[in-house]
Amino acid sequence: MRSIAGKMKSDRSDRIYYICVTAIAIAALIIVLYPIYFIVIASFSNSNLVNQGKVILWPKGVNFYGYRKILDRSDIWLGYKNTLFYTIAGTMLNLALTLPAAYVLAQSKFRARRVIMTLFVITMYFGGGMIPTYMLVQSLHLTNSVFTMVIMGAVSVYNVIITRTFFESSIPADLHEAAVLDGCSHFRFFLSIVLPLSKAVISVITLYYAVGHWNDFFTALLYLNKDEYQPLQTILRNILISNQAMAGTTGVGEGSYAQQYADQIKFAVIIVSTVPVLCIYPFIQKYFEKGVMIGAVKG
Amino acid sequence: MRQKTKNPLLALKKDWQLWVMILPALVYILIFCYGPMYGIQLAFRKYDYSKGLTGGDWVGLRYFKQYFDSPMFYTTMKNTFVISFFSLVGGFPVPILLALVINSLRQNKLKRVVQTAVYMPYFISTVVMVAILQIMLSPTTGIVSGLLKSLHLIPSSVNLLGTPSAFVPVYVISGIWQSAGWNSIIFIAALSSVDGQLYDAAKVDGASRLQQVIHVELPAIVPTIIILLIMNMGRILSVGFEKTFLMQNDMNLTVSQVISTYTFNVGVQSGQFSFGSAVGLFNTVVNFVFLILANTVSKRVADISLM
Repeated sequence: MRSIAGKMKSDRSDRIYYICVTAIAIAALIIVLYPIYFIVIASFSNSNLVNQGKVILWPKGVNFYGYRKILDRSDIWLGYKNTLFYTIAGTMLNLALTLPAAYVLAQSKFRARRVIMTLFVITMYFGGGMIPTYMLVQSLHLTNSVFTMVIMGAVSVYNVIITRTFFESSIPADLHEAAVLDGCSHFRFFLSIVLPLSKAVISVITLYYAVGHWNDFFTALLYLNKDEYQPLQTILRNILISNQAMAGTTGVGEGSYAQQYADQIKFAVIIVSTVPVLCIYPFIQKYFEKGVMIGAVKG
Repeated sequence: MRQKTKNPLLALKKDWQLWVMILPALVYILIFCYGPMYGIQLAFRKYDYSKGLTGGDWVGLRYFKQYFDSPMFYTTMKNTFVISFFSLVGGFPVPILLALVINSLRQNKLKRVVQTAVYMPYFISTVVMVAILQIMLSPTTGIVSGLLKSLHLIPSSVNLLGTPSAFVPVYVISGIWQSAGWNSIIFIAALSSVDGQLYDAAKVDGASRLQQVIHVELPAIVPTIIILLIMNMGRILSVGFEKTFLMQNDMNLTVSQVISTYTFNVGVQSGQFSFGSAVGLFNTVVNFVFLILANTVSKRVADISLM
């Protein structure tokens, strides 16, 4: 009797626990999603209604003025084009450096492995700082150059460690020995065995690197002056934060009328610049936990 | 003995393919990470354009003294420390709670939806993040500031983006909004590796679900918590440059000027390269000391350390 009563009591407290947990989860869901949802509906609502606080749950006064205005703006398209180039070229360089390095550092028989690993890890905790890096880039004549945007951050030691740990734990050592017996070189083993077996970690670090390039604002702020090289994030800063939404599109002196459209352009710009990234990560999400975990355990 | 002296060359011949594969990354790290470290001597030299990076006269600690004696020393130290302290205190527990909650959800569909959603803000760029803050907190049209005003949580005349006392709360809370979900991943991963037998044993002992969280799950993630705390200590004086820089305006400068933005101002914008290097080096050293301290303490107390 007593144990049954105890069980019922614990069942009840468990039910309360699950209700609380579900409530917290749903609250978190709303807190995270609502601001994003609001930007989406505001981007095609009448901005007067948005500013009066009347657009809360669904769009009102639907129009696509903001999006149509974006189509006319050459600076946004230029920024988009530049960022696309920096992201693709930069990520390809990242992978070309990171994957082979991680493969080498996963070879337990490679004698220099220890030294090189230490050399790499030190840079995670100690660096020259902003100004010496800036001076170095300047003395290499890389300021105001497209290459800077591609080269800076070419190797992330954190990603090297994640990849190395993955290679160590999921490519069996026997496989390599067997391949060597068959006369397989490191190059071939890496290209035709290791890479095809490592889709999980490759997709995770590709995402990390690509998002890093896409969202990078600092490199351009520090090293680029020329308008024609500016990435999307710089253009976004001008439009969104320095409030130059209407610059170049309409004449001055329209007062609140201009401001009203400026707001709608802002919402649309946020959507257009952020959606590509937000569409990609859910596909790679299943690898996150593994990728982050193995990196952190060994890091 | 003889063989030993011969070995490196032999090894090089045997491993030349490995050397080819590591070389590009190694060269990058040497140039772009160790190059600037070599350039740190700029902080101890009077920069002279004609003599190049490392050719200026040695002046010792003059630029450090200049920083310590300037009124900006106290301001930047205080601001950096306050922002990072509250980011740590406010931001550290939330991902742990979130992970425990997500791990407790029984419907897999809800679990996946919640996970996908809470990771999302992490992928938003800092520029867009600050823009969203401006939209949400606008004193006239922002819906979040409107909500807070109607709940009488803030006075109706306040501008959250221009009031110095609001800068740190806005910075910290928006930081939690953006990265709590992402930071929970590591705890979720740690929770998923908890041995199922521990839960069974707890159930046999009559532990409720909440007691299982306290006695099984929390102890299981303590090592992860400590490692992350140590790593965070190593960043105690590195407040994110981008977000602070973008949130800065004339009204909040007294609380938003941190070491990294100050370094940018004096070093890059006003061209005081030596002084900027010194400020930056001071920052790095303080971070490093905090990292070592935290690591030592945790090694002694809990036998957990980074290396």
